[in-house]
Amino acid sequence: MGAYLRPRRLEDALTALAQPHVVLAGGTDFYPARVGRAIDEDVLDIGGIAVLRGISADASGWRLGATTTWSELLEADLPPLFDGLKQAAREVGGRQIQNAGTLAGNLCNASPAADGVPCLLALDAEIEVAGPAGRRLLPLRQFITGVRRTALAQAELVVAIHVPKPDREARSAFLKLGTRRYLVISIAMAAATIEIADGRVASARLAVGACSPVAERLPALEAALAGAPLDTRLADRVEPAHLAPLSPIDDVRGSAAYRSDAVVTVLRRLLQDLAA
Amino acid sequence: MKVAFTLNGRVAEWSGPPVTRLAAALRDDLDLTGTKVGCDAGDCGACTVLLDGRQTCSCLVAMGQVEGRRVETVESLGDGNGGLTSLQKSFLAHGAAQCGICTSGMLMAAVELLRRNARPCRAEVEDALGGVLCRCTGYSKIVDAVMSVSTSMPIAAPPAGAAVGARLQRVDGVPKVTGRDLFGADAVPADALWIRVVRSPHARARFELGDLAPLRRRLAAVLTAADVPFNGFGIYPDIKDQPVLADGQVRYRGEAVVALVGERAQVLAIRDEEVPIAWTPEAPVFGLDAATAPDAVLVQADKPENLLLNGVVRRGKAAEAFAACAAVAEGLFETAFVEHAYIEPEAGWARRVGDRIEVHVTTQTPYMNRDEVANVMRLRPEAVRIVPTACGGGFGGKLDLSVHPLVALAAWKLDRPVACVYTRPESMAASTKRHPARVAARFGCDAEGKLLACEVTATFDTGAYASWGPTVANRVPVHAMGPYAIPNVRSWGEAFFTNCPPAGAFRGFGVPQAAIAHEAMMDELADRLSIDRLEFRHKNALRAGDTTATGQTLAHSAGLAQCLDALRPHWQKAHDDVAAFNAKSGSRRRGVGIGCMWYGIGNTSMSNPSRMRVGLSPAGTLTLYSGAVDIGQGSNTIMTQIAADAVGLPAAQVALVAGDTDLTADAGKTSASRQTFVSGMAAERAGRDLRQQILRLANAGPDAELSLEGARLTVRDGDAVRSIDLASAGTLMGEGTFDPPTTPLDADGQGVPYATYAFAAQMATVEVDIGLGTVKVLRIVAAHDVGKAINPTLVEGQIQGGIAQGLGLALMEEYLPGRTENLHDYLIPTIGDVPEIECILIEDREPLGPSGAKGVGEPGLVPTAPAILGAVHHATGVRATRVPLLPHRLREAIVAAGQEKTTGKRT
Ligand SMILES: Cc1cc2nc3c(=O)[nH]c(=O)nc-3n(C[C@H](O)[C@H](O)[C@H](O)COP(=O)(O)OP(=O)(O)OC[C@H]3O[C@@H](n4cnc5c(N)ncnc54)[C@H](O)[C@@H]3O)c2cc1C
Ligand code: FES
Ligand code: FES
Repeated sequence: MGAYLRPRRLEDALTALAQPHVVLAGGTDFYPARVGRAIDEDVLDIGGIAVLRGISADASGWRLGATTTWSELLEADLPPLFDGLKQAAREVGGRQIQNAGTLAGNLCNASPAADGVPCLLALDAEIEVAGPAGRRLLPLRQFITGVRRTALAQAELVVAIHVPKPDREARSAFLKLGTRRYLVISIAMAAATIEIADGRVASARLAVGACSPVAERLPALEAALAGAPLDTRLADRVEPAHLAPLSPIDDVRGSAAYRSDAVVTVLRRLLQDLAA
Repeated sequence: MKVAFTLNGRVAEWSGPPVTRLAAALRDDLDLTGTKVGCDAGDCGACTVLLDGRQTCSCLVAMGQVEGRRVETVESLGDGNGGLTSLQKSFLAHGAAQCGICTSGMLMAAVELLRRNARPCRAEVEDALGGVLCRCTGYSKIVDAVMSVSTSMPIAAPPAGAAVGARLQRVDGVPKVTGRDLFGADAVPADALWIRVVRSPHARARFELGDLAPLRRRLAAVLTAADVPFNGFGIYPDIKDQPVLADGQVRYRGEAVVALVGERAQVLAIRDEEVPIAWTPEAPVFGLDAATAPDAVLVQADKPENLLLNGVVRRGKAAEAFAACAAVAEGLFETAFVEHAYIEPEAGWARRVGDRIEVHVTTQTPYMNRDEVANVMRLRPEAVRIVPTACGGGFGGKLDLSVHPLVALAAWKLDRPVACVYTRPESMAASTKRHPARVAARFGCDAEGKLLACEVTATFDTGAYASWGPTVANRVPVHAMGPYAIPNVRSWGEAFFTNCPPAGAFRGFGVPQAAIAHEAMMDELADRLSIDRLEFRHKNALRAGDTTATGQTLAHSAGLAQCLDALRPHWQKAHDDVAAFNAKSGSRRRGVGIGCMWYGIGNTSMSNPSRMRVGLSPAGTLTLYSGAVDIGQGSNTIMTQIAADAVGLPAAQVALVAGDTDLTADAGKTSASRQTFVSGMAAERAGRDLRQQILRLANAGPDAELSLEGARLTVRDGDAVRSIDLASAGTLMGEGTFDPPTTPLDADGQGVPYATYAFAAQMATVEVDIGLGTVKVLRIVAAHDVGKAINPTLVEGQIQGGIAQGLGLALMEEYLPGRTENLHDYLIPTIGDVPEIECILIEDREPLGPSGAKGVGEPGLVPTAPAILGAVHHATGVRATRVPLLPHRLREAIVAAGQEKTTGKRT
């Protein structure tokens, strides 16, 4: 039988992590990985740490505490910049999963199909990590290093996700492709954030998930959209060549060829939504 | 660690390892088994409770996280005076609980919603309940129940003689909506030992067991093949090919090898790697091509050519008749392994009582289980007692043995109660599946569209062991031409062994697979001749007086044409709506499709009798002793309704003793849609027999009216009133049996395989996202000839539930050993995937059945996939030849069809 710690203070959690512990947040990835067997690891439950909770904002942007759940995000008063992330939240699992699962847990689990990742990539999010050496900030894409791998060292925790405030009016959207309505892992999904100036796309960030080991931004598409008028023709700018950063595979949910093909449609629809 | 929290409004304290799941603490330590566990992984929602008012999967919450918080479970629901809440009443009134295993989760999810929003719309209900899976109901009645909580009216109990045909509430419904019903894992004795089965990670391998002594020292027992007195089981008396525990070789991934018996925590703590098994993997036989290759290795050494069985139905001269056809269509269709995905995994426990063994288990077939357990243990059948627990869904998958022989052997050996509950991945890996099929079909008709000839070859992958494979291979040739009058038929069925999970019984026994083929052929021929697809079927529908391909003349009750007549107005309207939609939309296209089916009720050309008893005790208790197990479909209620009317007393006065092999007679298995027809007839006869005895006692005529008050039975015959004091009359016992009249099939498949057939036609409207290949089913209208609807609510529930499974078969369900072994990767329809379903009940009386009734358990599923696939074709021009039609398969076909068009290869 392993130890089970539920500290109230972040410092205590970090001290505990001097010894290896499995971190437990919402448990929605933790428990499914442990069906039908005794749980004997040492567990560090971070759910009781107040400073990891909640959403706050300042002049530079927003801070989403690590243990913010999908439901808390949905209920938070946030600008249209977060519409895409909220759309993703609404489609994670079912209500039960949204009530328990956390944003940081979604990132730390580092599944290629994690719905939060493309959204937060498109939001240019940075991950705040705390460890024995203090705190550091990493761009999300550097935080996730591979399939189920992150840049976290053993003694580190994610404490927050930071979303910078754009200089201009901004909107975001998310679109998920799955085989059923609820409780479904994405075959592919995409998120986009656009900043708008004078009726044009001042800048765009798009990311696609479940089509590569880690969700990827699409710089060529972003460049193709920059400066384009914000109207229904925006979607026409998506070209298959923009998908070069992706490397989809065949799996039980869909074929690689299908993913490459469908993602073009998903991206076009996403841009139609944003332009509407 | 001690955890203090609020549980259902009261202060509660629990102590134990804080990483313990809340679901486990509630069930195992706090005696609240109303919260169910279907997966322990967040995928099914059966364990949903409210945590600080929010719906949460209690299988994903650590007890350490519960400190100081508020937990509400199904047991908290009630009106405060021991009665039900209006939500629970609404569930009962609508028939929203079938097996009931999902009901606690559904209720708690709905409670969270209704606290915020007393009058939710359909979309809000779907969003709120989207995290709870139901495999039985098709969700329709659940949505109705939640949407109409504030307006729903309780169902009035019907008076004497009026139970048949009434929408009687389930007689076993209250425990299902209060969480008090006890399923296989719910009433395990506290002192029971537990079994964890070590299973093969290989599809095909030889193995040697190492030294088990160290493990045996740590545990109560470690069972291997050597501990099984007769190590073979199987549902056929002459095919006992599946070992209880594998003996030196395994034939599919998930096969049981070693059973660890000990304290629960102990057996869970032992990892598979700690069990000394030296594996020598061998190249497995996967798929029909491999199994039938000339040089194929044998899956079972004594089964040449890997052939399990084949069978034929031959009538007329099919080969010659094609020459005279004005139009001929042909196609090849493939289906996948499909998992039953009942939300309750296999579970049960056994105890030794002297020289008898008692097995409490979730099952569809207590008497067959009894005989099989006895055979494995080398005991007399009478030495085995099967006590069915509530069954959280079966659909054919709980006909075979699962935990039974293991718990029985261990309890026998150790003389202690022993329990076993499969995990979800274990349930999926170990249990039987729907047979993957390859169906080659060729149909021809004359210029007017009259069918003249049909050739069908249906080849099935039966997996590693026979299970119900022979049943499938026998049933399909009889049904594969569809519910149509065709003078020239050659219909062939065959099943081959592979190193895949045993394919067994699953709602429809192969007929749903065959229906995909014959219905595609109907569409093709109709289109070829520019005849409306519904009218084409109407023209060819089997009718009373017609002769089937087995040479059986249908004397009565063949209501397919009536079903199609009932659909016609819906069909025409749907065509108009679809055309209007498609005229406007580009990226999404709608289509309408239709599917028909027929289904023989009961076993194929085999005796399958039921025996029922109805007793009246000296205390005045009217009891129906029914060996028919209710697996959610409602047979407890149906039998009660039939028996009550046969006796002439109100259904509310009937007490029920069900299933227990010591207390009831053999009513056969709950499968083949046979319980209403076969056991229902036995119940009717038993009731009539009791009534006769009463009338004789009272010297009254056949129309006398009975009333029962305490031990006083009053018999009114016109003006004559006679009162019988039951205390002095002694126990009265009525008995009835029924075995549907069938005859064996000869070498050409000629004979009377079934006494009666159900008929149905369903239409589906779908919307296809052309760019993504996704399909949304918008509406289904289902017309079913059920002979007589004994309980329309239950009949609709069966149809809607079958449709949801048919939708899954068509669009999403594909079991791949080792890859989709959980409910995360194996997808069944959620509440958001099943559309509104309109049921139309056609009652073309079957004189052999109780009050004219036939069965409906399987027919609901059979026409659904064909209707959906036909609708997809109507929308896109793509004819699906492989199901499930996953988005990538449909999109690839749409793209390919587009390329063919542009290159002019086909019109
Ligand atoms: C039925 C079901 C449906 C689901 N559907 C979806 C879906 O549609 N889309 C989707 O993206 N995901 C889905 N998920 C996955 C899951 O819900 C999410 O990834 C969730 O956000 C994980 O958060 P958690 O807090 O529950 O993680 P936990 O299970 O508590 O932890 C996950 C992992 O992250 C680590 N971890 C968590 N927090 C921290 C931290 N602050 N610092 C360091 N390490 C940490 C843990 O050690 C663990 O390895 C689903 C899961 C289930 C069970
Ligand atoms: S048991 Fe918790 S979701 Fe299935
Ligand atoms: S009633 Fe829902 S799973 Fe059986």
